[in-house]
Formats: sequence, C-alpha cells, structure tokens
Amino acid sequence: MSDFVNNFWSVYVAGITLVGILACLLLLVLTARKRVVSDNDNTTGHVWDEDLRELNNPMPRWWMWMFVITIVFSLLYLVVYPGMGSYAGKLQWSQIGAYEKEMEKANEALEPLYARFTTMTTQDIAKDDKAMAIGERLFMNNCAQCHGSDARGSKGFPNLTDGDWLHGGAPEQIHETIAKGRIGMMPPQAEAVGTPEDVRNLAHYVLSLSNSPHDSLKASLGKSKFMICAACHGADGKGNQMLGAPNLTDDNWLHGWGEQAIVDMITNGKMNQMPAQEAKLTPAQINVLTAYVWSFSNKQGSAN
Amino acid sequence: MTSVNEEKTPKKVIPIQPEPTETRSFYEAHKRIYPRSIRGVFMRWRWALVVLTQLVFYGLPWLEWGQRQMVLFDLGARRFYLFGLVLYPQDFIYLTGLLILSALALFLFTAVAGRLWCGFSCPQTVYTEIFMWIEQKIEGDRSARIRLDQGGWTFEKLWKKSCTQLVWIAVALWTGFTFVGYFVPIRELGVELLALQGGWQIFWVLFYGFATYGNAGYMREQVCKYMCPYARFQSAMFDKDTLIVSYDPVRGESRGPRKKGIDYQAQGLGDCIDCKLCVQVCPVGIDIRDGLQYECIGCGLCIDACNSIMDNMHYPRGLIRLTTQNGVAKGWKHAQILRRVLRPRVLIYSSILLALAVAMVVSMSMRQPLKVDVIRDRASLARIVAGGKLENVYRLQVMNATESPQTYSIRVHGLDGAEVASETEVQVLPAETRGVAVRVQIPYGAAGTGSHALLFDIDAVSGQGKVSEKSVFIVPR
Repeated sequence: MSDFVNNFWSVYVAGITLVGILACLLLLVLTARKRVVSDNDNTTGHVWDEDLRELNNPMPRWWMWMFVITIVFSLLYLVVYPGMGSYAGKLQWSQIGAYEKEMEKANEALEPLYARFTTMTTQDIAKDDKAMAIGERLFMNNCAQCHGSDARGSKGFPNLTDGDWLHGGAPEQIHETIAKGRIGMMPPQAEAVGTPEDVRNLAHYVLSLSNSPHDSLKASLGKSKFMICAACHGADGKGNQMLGAPNLTDDNWLHGWGEQAIVDMITNGKMNQMPAQEAKLTPAQINVLTAYVWSFSNKQGSAN
Repeated sequence: MTSVNEEKTPKKVIPIQPEPTETRSFYEAHKRIYPRSIRGVFMRWRWALVVLTQLVFYGLPWLEWGQRQMVLFDLGARRFYLFGLVLYPQDFIYLTGLLILSALALFLFTAVAGRLWCGFSCPQTVYTEIFMWIEQKIEGDRSARIRLDQGGWTFEKLWKKSCTQLVWIAVALWTGFTFVGYFVPIRELGVELLALQGGWQIFWVLFYGFATYGNAGYMREQVCKYMCPYARFQSAMFDKDTLIVSYDPVRGESRGPRKKGIDYQAQGLGDCIDCKLCVQVCPVGIDIRDGLQYECIGCGLCIDACNSIMDNMHYPRGLIRLTTQNGVAKGWKHAQILRRVLRPRVLIYSSILLALAVAMVVSMSMRQPLKVDVIRDRASLARIVAGGKLENVYRLQVMNATESPQTYSIRVHGLDGAEVASETEVQVLPAETRGVAVRVQIPYGAAGTGSHALLFDIDAVSGQGKVSEKSVFIVPR
C-alpha cells in the first residue's frame, strides 16, 4: 500500500528521514565538547564582539543520554512502524487495520447485548422498548442519511412509514432489502413507446390510474401503449413486488409527481440502488433494524 | 612558486590563535545536593502547606457524595463528577476557564511575592520535601548523609539505604494509587489491585508511582532547573517591586569570619560571617548572596538559616530577607514596600482575575443540565404533505445531563403557524443522548420562499433544564 508515484520518491523520503535523524546525532556529538585554550574561567571558548564570552554552564549528563535515547527510539520506531517511504514496518500497522481491530473489539463487546436479537422474531423485537431504542440509534447512524431522520424519505428515496412497499413489507423481505440491498431499474422506453407525443399520452394514462389530474383524451390515446409497461407494472398498474416495480395506482410518487416527471421517467429510465448493509452491520443489528423499520407500518401495543 | 606569482598574491594578515590545550565538556554528571534541615518561619509555612495540600490530595477521593465518589473523573464514561456537579466533555469550556484563572492567579501572586507557588505548593516541591524528610529521619542530617554516601558499604549503610527505599516506594505507590483513584472509583480500585486485576489500572498506578519516586527521590531540583518552563519566564513576571528572597550586600559585605562580640565594623567587615549555612540549607544548591538567580524557588529557607545565625551573633535579623529590588537599593521600610504592591500590573491582573471569576461563577450558575443540537436533514429539503402543509425534518440530539430520567417537551416558535407535527414529548434516560426526528409543518403559503429563522424550545417537564436552539425552516420555490 503506497501512495508514491514511483519508487524514487519512497527512497527519497526514507533518505531524508534517516539523514535527519543521523544529523541530530552528529550535531549532538559535535557540540558535546570542545577544545579550548585553557584560561581557568570556565568559558566555552566562544568569543564574539571582541570580548563577549559565553560561560560554560554544563547541562546534566543524563540530559544528553535522553537525547541519545530519543534517537535510538526513533530508529526502532522506523523499523516497527511505517515511516520510511513506502516501507510498511515490521508490525504491518495501518490506520485501516487499527480501525478494523477497534470495530472488531467493539462488536465483540456488543455481542452479549445483541445476543438475544439473533433468535427473536421481528414482532417480538418490535415490542421490546430497549431494542427499539437501539434500532433508533442504528437507523439514525446508518439509514437516516438517505431515508431521512423520520424515515419518510424524499425524492428518489423511499418513504418507509407509509405501508407502501416496492419489494414487500414482510419482515423477511425487509431483512433481505437491508442485508443484500436492492437495485431498482426502470429501463428507458421512449423508443418502444414511439414519438414524444405518444410518451406524453402514456404519461396521462399513468396519471389516470391514480385518479390524478389528467387529460382524459390523451389518456385514452396512451392506453394502448401501456402494454409495454404492463410487463413489470402489471396490466392494472398495481406494480410487482417481485421485481420492485412500483404501484402506479396509488398516490405515492417516489420520483416526482406530475406529467413532466412521468415523461422523463419513461424517456430516460432510472437506476436506483439500496446498498447492501451486511458488510457494515452484524446480523443481529440487521435484525433489530428490520424490526424497527417494520414497526413503522405495523403499529402495535397500545395503538391496537 | 615563481617570483611572478609572489608579486601578485596580496598579503593576508592571519591573527595568531593560541593552540587549544584542553577539552571542555558541555555536560557533566549531576552533583547531588544535601540540604541541611533548618527551623524557622518559612520552614513552618512550607510544612503547613505540605500537610494542607496532601490532606486534600490523599483525602478527596475517599469522600462520598450520595451514591458516588465526590470527585471522580470518569474518562471511560466521559463524565466528570465534581461535588454536586456532573460535567460532560461538552462543558470543556469550564476547564478552559479554570486553567485561565489558575494562570492569572499565578501571574498575580508571582508579581506580588515572587515564586510562592514553587517554594510552597508545587507538587515537585511538596513531594521532594516529603521524600527529604523521610531520608533525613532514617539517614540523619546533611553531614551524616554525605558521610554515609561517601563511605563504603557497611551493614549500617545497607539497612539505612534499604529502609529509605522501602518507605519511598511505599509513599510513591500510595501516591500513584491515589492519583488513579481520581479516575477510577478508588474503593473498587483498591479491591481490584489487591486481587491483582485490571492491567491498565496497575500500569498507571505503577507509572505515577514511579514518576513520584523518580521526581521526588532523585530528580528533585533538576526538574525546576532544567525542565520547568516557569523558572525561565519568571523574569517576565517580576519587576523591581516584586517581593523576592534577597541578600543585602550593603549590610553584609565584606563577609568574613569573626569572633563574637568584637567591633567587626572597625575591621571593615559587614554583617555576613560567611558561615555558608544559607548555601547548605538551599534545596536547589545555590548561593543567594550572588543575587537573584533563575534557580531560586523563593522558599525562604536561607532566610530562616541566616536569621538563626544573626540571633546567635546578636545582630539584627534580615540580612537575607523577603524584600524587593527597590527595597534593597533604596533602603525602603516595610510601609514603603507595601505601598508599591498596588501598582498597575497588580491591579490589572487582579481586575481581569476578578472579572473572569465572576463570569465563571455566573455561567456555572446558569448552566442547564440539558444540551440540544438541532441538525436539519439534508437529504430532504422540504416536502408537501397531506392537508396542504409544508414540512421540514430535523434531527434533535437531546442530551440529558442530569442523574435521573427526564421527559422533554419540544415546541417551536419564531415562524408564523409553525408547529411540531411529530411527537412533542421525548424521554431520555439519565446521562444519555438521544437523536429524535422532529417534523415541523407550516400551512402552505404561510411564508415566502427561502429560509426562515426558527427556534426550538426544549423544556424538561420536571423543570430541570430549558434550552432554546436556533435553526432554519426552508420553503422551496
């Protein structure tokens, strides 16, 4: 792991490092004593401005040894830790390695806390106040960046609280979404649909499915083109959770509402991705998060 | 060389340098100082402060406050218990304030009375004092110790030296243990150490124990002379009206031995009998008669020593005394010296110190045991929701800094029609931080496009904590 463009710079940096340390040692040796003309007045033999002389006020010898110790220490350090150009050091220590070790340790320490969540059902975890508090913190740290602190999402990022699911809202499906991630893909269909006029008509038909404001003439003209869409969104436009195809008949508009937004989507398509979290989170953490997300649309306890 | 060349080269005059004849080293082995014990006013003051500071230091961790230790700096949990207060890293500003206050207080009494801190209450001085006292009780006073060190290894030397070491190590370990007891509950620490558990705790106890043993047993005055920066910048804090330990050369010179009761002044002698007692008692091994030196820690033991000699000789006291440079030079009386205490430097230090102390007390008394950070969600700027409302989402980091669970109510003001649409009450466990998502709504069209100031009011239902935090509400185009 080296960020140097070529080997020369690595050697160059290592050289400067070593020469610097050795220069410190040389300086110490050269200035530790001096030959002077004996004059019995205990000066350093240093005279300037004709008659100004420096009194020799010796430092304790242990001070000099401490200097030597620092030099020895720095050489040992350079053997053990990275510091000589791209040489990684005997210990193979790195920041990332240290981070991973710390994370491992932290996860180990957390394991007893999470132990019970590995076997509990999602419904049971959702009833557990402590688990929900943990879920809240996990959500804030790992999910809120996209889905929002209130889990209601925003344009392009699904709302997790409205009971409307692209890939299914059963616990195991939520679990799979979090662990493995999802890819949502709407292919560009402009060519299959036909002229821009056709696309616009189709958009009005899609608007009509959810009883949104639309031009009924254009919608009836676009109806025939919906066959292309039906493959994924179903003949009735109710979507398909196996494919992650959205329901077009409800009033949730993940990628924007209105004629233009739908025209753009048909014309250009879209790739949307929910990244897989299993590399980042432990299985128990994913269980807790699953229950937390599931509880948004399955209110329990006092509510029922 | 040809003659042509000789003509062309200009003559250079080279001064004759004498040949160096000896090698001089700029380092030398440390010479041990054997301070002689002395009785007197300053010695009593020193001991009083040793006792006082160590009573506080060794005693404080054992005192309890309710269910916990009275003073405990729990680094692991990042909580700092100070009597009735619980402080968090967020209260770091108070530590800053305390350090600034300490520094200013140091400047103030250094300007007035020299190195009081060094001579009387610096841990280095205090522990050195304790270790020297142990040494002296076991091995005897100055001359006995010198004899013991220079003599060969007899049985007597062996047991005396081992005894000293044992007591030193015991005191050092207890000091290390006490120090760690400020960071780990001391009673549990004691139990753990007896069972030899807790690797890091053992390490730190040994570490601070060793540091105490090394510094107070062996380094002693060298810490002050070679390591401590304070000695180096004391001259920036002194002026001619600062009280310092000074020898009065006008009275003292010419120094020299004499018989008691003769008319020494007729022989051209001053009051100093050159007994060197002031040098022997000095813990940093200097001769105060050479004038003010950076090594002098202002402990005043030479004053005690000299006064005892002066009493003995029936001369007036105060040949070495606590006075100012002006006082010595101009032969001022006490009253004149004291009048100069209230000079601009001192007044400025005092007023800044007072102002800061007041600010510190006021801010401590106004401190809320509740901390809130408001962070707008950046993923979703704003959204329109059912009922023709415009919504912004915020994350509130609510930190309960009390020792009991709290319920907080969340309200907003500062923007017409704004209200909290999510839960308006949030429970936070003692000393916990909770991130809460808060949705704020205004009727659509109630405010123009752009960002509007908005204030979150978080109040503890129990009345323990009340905070207002600023944020913005964004209305998109």
